[in-house]
Amino acid sequence: MIRKILFVCFLIAVMILAGCGGSTTTETKKEELKQPTAAPAVAPEPGGAAIEGKVAFVGAKPARTPVSMDATPQCSRQHSSPPLSEVAIVNDNGTLKNVFVYVKAGLPNQTWPAPKGPVTIDQSGCMYKPHVTGVMVGQNVEFLNNDPTNHNVHPLPMVNREWNQSQAPKGDPIIRTFDKEEIMVPIKCNLHPWMRVYVGVVSHPFFAVSGDDGAFAIKGLPAGEYTLEAWHERFPKQELKVKVDAAGVAKAEFTFKG
Amino acid sequence: MDSHTIWLHRYSLLLACMTLFLVVAGGTVTSKEAGLSVPDWPLSYGQIMPKMKGGIFYEHGHRMVATTVGFMTIVIAVWLWRSDPRAWMRWLGLAALAGVIVQGVLGGITVLFLLPKPVSISHACLAELFFSTTCAIALFTSPGWKRAPVIIEPQGWSSRPSSILWLPVAVLAQVALGAAFRHKALDLVYHVLGAAAVTGLVLHACITLLMHFPRHEALRRTAFSLIAITFAQVFLGVAAYMSRVATAGDPQPMPVMVLFTVAHVAMGALTMAFSVLLVIQVHRHACPGNPEPLRVEYASHA
Repeated sequence: MIRKILFVCFLIAVMILAGCGGSTTTETKKEELKQPTAAPAVAPEPGGAAIEGKVAFVGAKPARTPVSMDATPQCSRQHSSPPLSEVAIVNDNGTLKNVFVYVKAGLPNQTWPAPKGPVTIDQSGCMYKPHVTGVMVGQNVEFLNNDPTNHNVHPLPMVNREWNQSQAPKGDPIIRTFDKEEIMVPIKCNLHPWMRVYVGVVSHPFFAVSGDDGAFAIKGLPAGEYTLEAWHERFPKQELKVKVDAAGVAKAEFTFKG
Repeated sequence: MDSHTIWLHRYSLLLACMTLFLVVAGGTVTSKEAGLSVPDWPLSYGQIMPKMKGGIFYEHGHRMVATTVGFMTIVIAVWLWRSDPRAWMRWLGLAALAGVIVQGVLGGITVLFLLPKPVSISHACLAELFFSTTCAIALFTSPGWKRAPVIIEPQGWSSRPSSILWLPVAVLAQVALGAAFRHKALDLVYHVLGAAAVTGLVLHACITLLMHFPRHEALRRTAFSLIAITFAQVFLGVAAYMSRVATAGDPQPMPVMVLFTVAHVAMGALTMAFSVLLVIQVHRHACPGNPEPLRVEYASHA
């Protein structure tokens, strides 16, 4: 009898453990970024230092799988041929696109006011545009739906509040903010599983996303020594220490391996 | 058997099959990442029948199948209550009805509270328990059950039946670990370790039964079925994992990964059901002091 009771308790413990365990899968790991302490708000230094660089890629170029939109004709009709996956885009010049680069450490203890203008994420061609972007804590993020079909905007944060809102075709913009730093917040559409955008939420304006030429630029920095982190949705993160002089331009290069 | 009983049995088989289909539909929702494609409950976009586009086809389709299974369960609960002479059987029908109602509420909670992991995992586990209940009802209404049990004289078996009881409990724990992985609450390694443990338990229990009762038809059939299902489940688990790894870089759930994963979920439901059926059969045929024997035969065995 006691053995049976113990085994039932074990089963309940397994189920509780299963429900309460933290995520350790390939999805974004929980980033317990140090929340900035309160300090006087200071506007970015005009003409301050900058860090410029590029994100190189070495190794076999990942294949870009065509996205199948056959299940939704309103999506497939917008493309003459299936669009290619944006999971890992290696540019023609051997650089990596859509890498989120930001200053992880080294900034002075001060706060930067969030811009009044929003960061816009458009749902067009049944794809999120851009695929990777950055926003400051408390800054508005504006979701537009320029598609002829419904979308569901569903962020999957670890630290920020999760929400899920459907959006009609050409409907009113969804405007939300993220209140805590988080690298990165994946956002998906529950109706169209290929749709994915990643938003980096930081408490300062010193971040950038590598473009079609693999280049990035972070401007308006105070002089100092910084730790940069480069995040990509498929490849492991990388860090780099960079020193910048006042009004100088420092170079930084990340290399991701396939 | 009279025609009324035959039709009750056939209906219970249909309910079991529909429930397995519901498990497949639910597994597809998760694999297609279509959970929450309908953000409201119990209506869908404020309607009974929304346009079945994209993920809505899977999510609302799952709700439609669930509604059908719910109504079918009401019918069987009423049918059993009004016609079955066995009191425990009447209460089993009501328990099945309570189970499907709770399952529906859990499904609604997953939608309204954005897939909280404990609720999603409980929803998965209760699905398999409910399926096992429908299979048990099908067994209890079958012509074979109406015939008297073939009581086997226990020979060195007195302590074994209680270990058989651990089998469905272990399978349910393994289902919970699998659901925890699917809903990103636990790493895969726990589910893999559980698979090894459950496979060992299944083989131990079934081989022991087959060795003790090699000529008992009901026990042989159930034991062999459970062994076959377990091996198929292990194969499907490996295939599901390999397809997941192979398509990890793809922008959407690929058909091959969805197929193997959903098949693995469905086979898990069958594993659960057959482990429950094995316990029932052992209790009926191989336990002394069985309360229901109408006729006693002692089968000789080597």
